[in-house]
Amino acid sequence: MISLPFLFDQVMPALLAAIPVTLALFGLSAAASLLLGIPLGLAMAWGPKPLRWAVRSYSLVIRGTPLLVQIYILYYGFGHLVPASWMRHGWAAPYLRDAFWYALVALSLNETAYVAELFRGAIRGVPEGEVEAARAFGMTRGQAFRRIVLPRAIGLCLPALANEAVLLLKSTVLASTITVFDVLGTANTLRSRSFRVYEPLIGAALIYIVLVGLLTLACSWVERRLNPQLRPAPDGPRGRRKGYRGGPAVPRPDGGSA
Amino acid sequence: MTADPSLLSLLSFGDGGYGGQLLDAFVLTVEISACSYALALLFGLAGARLKLARGRVPRLLGGLYTATIRALPELLLLLIAFFAGTALLASTLQALGFAGDAVELDPFVVAVTALGFIQGAYMTEALRAGFQAVPLGQLEAARAVGMGRWLVLRRIGLPLALRHALPAMGNIWLNATKDSALVSVLGAFADILKASSLAAAATKHYLFFYTVAAGAFLLLSLVSLLLLDVLERRASRGLRKPA
Repeated sequence: MISLPFLFDQVMPALLAAIPVTLALFGLSAAASLLLGIPLGLAMAWGPKPLRWAVRSYSLVIRGTPLLVQIYILYYGFGHLVPASWMRHGWAAPYLRDAFWYALVALSLNETAYVAELFRGAIRGVPEGEVEAARAFGMTRGQAFRRIVLPRAIGLCLPALANEAVLLLKSTVLASTITVFDVLGTANTLRSRSFRVYEPLIGAALIYIVLVGLLTLACSWVERRLNPQLRPAPDGPRGRRKGYRGGPAVPRPDGGSA
Repeated sequence: MTADPSLLSLLSFGDGGYGGQLLDAFVLTVEISACSYALALLFGLAGARLKLARGRVPRLLGGLYTATIRALPELLLLLIAFFAGTALLASTLQALGFAGDAVELDPFVVAVTALGFIQGAYMTEALRAGFQAVPLGQLEAARAVGMGRWLVLRRIGLPLALRHALPAMGNIWLNATKDSALVSVLGAFADILKASSLAAAATKHYLFFYTVAAGAFLLLSLVSLLLLDVLERRASRGLRKPA
């Protein structure tokens, strides 16, 4: 029923060749959503009221509607908003006619709302005392933000961001609905050309499982790099910290040992 | 987009208006979401039972379920269920002699089952976390006053676990409504997105009809958020408010 030669000789090479498209969609929209989402999250946490409301409504509308609908609105609707001549022979015409850019913009705008929401929560989660301590040391608000709040908030939202990255990678398949030939789009073409359903879909599933696995590994590596306090304490040369299980690291006031 | 009054007449319920079709489609979208969510609850309970089991084999099975489902894109899983799954099921039934030559599976059942199976993986995690948050002492106390296992589950375990799981379960419901849009890709359903696509293609008012579809989903999300807020407040009515 499942033909392995067909799967490995014809399906897999075509699907593997489509991985760069999937990765480009993922990488570019991830970068864009971080660049846009962090300032927006900041605006939601600390911004003036009108700005806060504007960003909050944006986030509500984006998160309250399916990404597929957003992609369709952009892809099918954008042409009605701009003069027809732009689509035919403006400098942007090659981009405006390529579905890839619509998918990329839709993914980025969508993901931005989720990143902003995460980042707002993370900024709220930075302990007040740390900010006060920074201020007490004479840092200005800007310095306290740059040196204390921002690094702490990034550390705090890393696990959630890793989750979000996996969701974003999985969302890129929606680009296949508007004729982008990413991994799933290529699999669908193979499916309709060969009239075989199992191999293309199974091949695509294998590729996505491996991609998600690699992304999860990469995220946990970044998490360990950026959150050094979560690393297990290295045993010193004298092994003094062996068996240490938390508790106050400074001697107690009563002189007893922790 | 210009504020053209003739555009709104496209939404009328009479002749030449798409209001009736869109309303039917919206009802179908809500039905798909609700049915798949109900199934997700069943899959989630079963999955959580597996993951919290004492044996290694059930735990492995539960882990395999959540790990693979959550690693695969929803649309791909839906396509697998719709094209490969039905073909596989049909040929299995025929080989076993349970069915004749032509096996017809209701696309609604296939789509709802697939969506429910997908959401079930997330539900498993939500419920597992909920059950793990139930203080052991409370369960022991219930056993100590003589309640049976099922009574403990019904009176103590389930209510407490659901209270902890409710926010996550609410998110899964919101995702279920949004994921229901994916069935429009299959082409077998006139859900709100498909109906909007058809209306848009017929009238060339793409922006308008897709915005209407987005509005319908947004309405569904906002109403759900309100209801979830009420539910959450009711579930935690016995808790002291944080100062």
